[in-house]
Amino acid sequence: MAKAELMDYDKALELFEPVLGFEVHVELNTKTKMFSDAPNFFGGEPNTNITPVDLGLPGSLPVVNETAIRYSISLGLALGCQIAESSRFARKNYFYPDLAKNYQISQFDEPIAYEGSVDVELASGRVVTVEIERAHMEEDAGKLTHIGGATGRIQGAEYSLVDYNRAGVPLVEIVTKMITGAEHDAPELAKAYVSTIRDIIVSLGISDAKMERGNIRCDANISLSPRGSGKLGTRTETKNVNSLRSVERAIRYEIQRQAAILAKGGTIIQETRHWHEDTGQTSAGRPKSDADDYRYFPEPDLLPVVPGIALIEELRAALPEAPAIRRKRLKEAWSFSDLEFQDVVNAGLLVEIEETVAEGAMAQSARKWWMGEIARIANERGVDAATLVTPIDVSSLIALIDSGELTDRLARQVLEGVIAGEGTPSAVVAARGLKVVSDDGALIAAIDEALAAQPDVLEKIRDGKVQAAGAVIGAVMKAMKGTADAARVRELVLERAGQ
Amino acid sequence: MSITRDEVAHLARLSRLALGDEELDHFAAQLDGIISAVARVQEVAAGDIPATSHALPLTNVFRPDEVRSGLTAEEALSGAPATERDRFRVPRILEEEA
Repeated sequence: MAKAELMDYDKALELFEPVLGFEVHVELNTKTKMFSDAPNFFGGEPNTNITPVDLGLPGSLPVVNETAIRYSISLGLALGCQIAESSRFARKNYFYPDLAKNYQISQFDEPIAYEGSVDVELASGRVVTVEIERAHMEEDAGKLTHIGGATGRIQGAEYSLVDYNRAGVPLVEIVTKMITGAEHDAPELAKAYVSTIRDIIVSLGISDAKMERGNIRCDANISLSPRGSGKLGTRTETKNVNSLRSVERAIRYEIQRQAAILAKGGTIIQETRHWHEDTGQTSAGRPKSDADDYRYFPEPDLLPVVPGIALIEELRAALPEAPAIRRKRLKEAWSFSDLEFQDVVNAGLLVEIEETVAEGAMAQSARKWWMGEIARIANERGVDAATLVTPIDVSSLIALIDSGELTDRLARQVLEGVIAGEGTPSAVVAARGLKVVSDDGALIAAIDEALAAQPDVLEKIRDGKVQAAGAVIGAVMKAMKGTADAARVRELVLERAGQ
Repeated sequence: MSITRDEVAHLARLSRLALGDEELDHFAAQLDGIISAVARVQEVAAGDIPATSHALPLTNVFRPDEVRSGLTAEEALSGAPATERDRFRVPRILEEEA
C-alpha cells in the first residue's frame, strides 16, 4: 500500500474545519436472532447457529424478537430519542454473499427511535453534545473468509467462504447528525463518543459490548470544510475501526490525509475507506456509486411495530442513570481526584474499573492496575486494555496482593501469565510457583547467604546505618527471584543485627 | 406516473440482469404500462389516507426470545452448489483489479 501524503495536524486544522458523523452498530445480546429462533452466539462451529430464515430459504418467514424490540427502545430512550409511535422494517437490496437473501432487513423511513442527543465529555472537561439523528433496528450479516490472494482481503481473492452464524444477529445502528465545532478535539471526540455509547449499552446490559469481537462497530464519516468557505467538503466513510484507540487514530489520519490532498488542489473521492490497525492508515475501498442504490421498500413479511405508551414508559422507568450522573456518583464513591477520574474516563476504562470494584477490589487498586501495568501493556501492543484481562481476574489479582500472597512485582508476572492465557491469577500463581515466601526458614537461609557475601553489613547497621540493610534485602530478593516478602526480610535482617 | 427506459436500464444493472437494447425497449414499454395502470390507485387515495405496506390490520406480531433447534451445518449446506470447511463457497466477489 502506497503511503499517503499527510499534512501536519495543526496545519490541517488551521486550514480546514473537520466535520464528523458516526454510525455505530451495536449487536444486542438477546438469546436468539432478530427474526429467527436460532441462537445468537459468538463463535461456534460454522453454519450451526442458523435456521431456514437466516438462510432466506424459500417459504421461511421472519418473526420479530420481542426482546430485541425492548432493547432497541431502551437504547433509544437512553440516547434521549423519541420512540416512534409506529415503526416499520424495510428491505435494503444488495448483491453480496454476506446475506443469503440478496437483501438485509433494516429500517429506512420509519426507524424505531429518532432525534436524541448524547453529552460527551472530553479530557479538558469540555462537553460536546452529539445530536443523534436516528437509531434503527436491523440484522447483522454473515462472515466472509476470502481465499487466495496474498492478504486475505477481498481484492485478489479467488473465491470466498461464508459462515452465516452471525447472519440475523440483532443490531441497532445509531446514526449521528453532522457534528461541527469539534475542531482540534475531533479525534478525541470520536473516541469519547464511542466510549460513551459503550458505557450506555453496558449499563443497559443489552450487548456484550466487546469492540474486538465486533459487538460495537464504528463507521466514521469525516469531511473537511475550507475555513471561511462555508462549504462542506466531500466525506469519506472509514470502516473496520474496531477499538477506541483506532477510532481516534483513524479520524486524525483522515484529517491529515484529506488536508494534504485538498491543499494541493486535489479532490476527495466519496468512498468507503478501510482502517488498518497494523499500519495506522486507511486505504480506499469501494467508491460510492449507484451500487449504493438499495431500492429500499417496506418489508412485506413483517408488520409494523407499535410499542404503545405503556411499554415505552415501563422501559423509561427502568433506565439506568444517565452517564453524567453515573460518572459523578462513581467519582465520589471512589474518592478519585478530578485528574485521576478524568484519566480513567479518557482511557475508556470506567466500566472495567467499576466491574473490578464490584468484584471486591478497592477503587484505587483497580485504578492503579488498569491505568498502570495493564494500560502499559495494552499500549505496547496497540490494543484496548479491556481486551487483555477481565475485571474478575484483575480483582483476584488485587486480592492476592492485599492478602500478602503477592508482591507488586510478582503480581506483574502473574498478570503477564493471565494475559498470555495461562488461566486465572490463582492458576498462574500455582503453575508458575510465584507465591511470596514468608516462611522465615527459607528467608533466613537466603539472608545468611547474602550476609556471608557482605559480612560488614551487620556492623554498619549496628553503627546506626540502617540503610545498609538495603543491600542485603536486594540480594535476597534477587536470589529468590522476587518471591520474598521484602518487609519481612528487612525485619529479619534488623533482628540479626540485634536492632 | 411513468418509468423511463433509463430507469429500467438502471434497475436491470442493480438486479444483475444483462438486458440488450431490444429487451430494454420491450420491457420499458411494458413496465410503463403496468405502472401507469397501478398508478390509477392514486386517483382514489386522497391525502388523508396514509400509505400502507400491508393489507392486514395487524401490528406487533412478536416471538418470545427463546432458542429452538435450527439446522445442523450438514443440513444448512445441503443445498449449496459448493462448500468448503463447513462454509458456503461462493465465486470471486470482486472482478480482477484493472
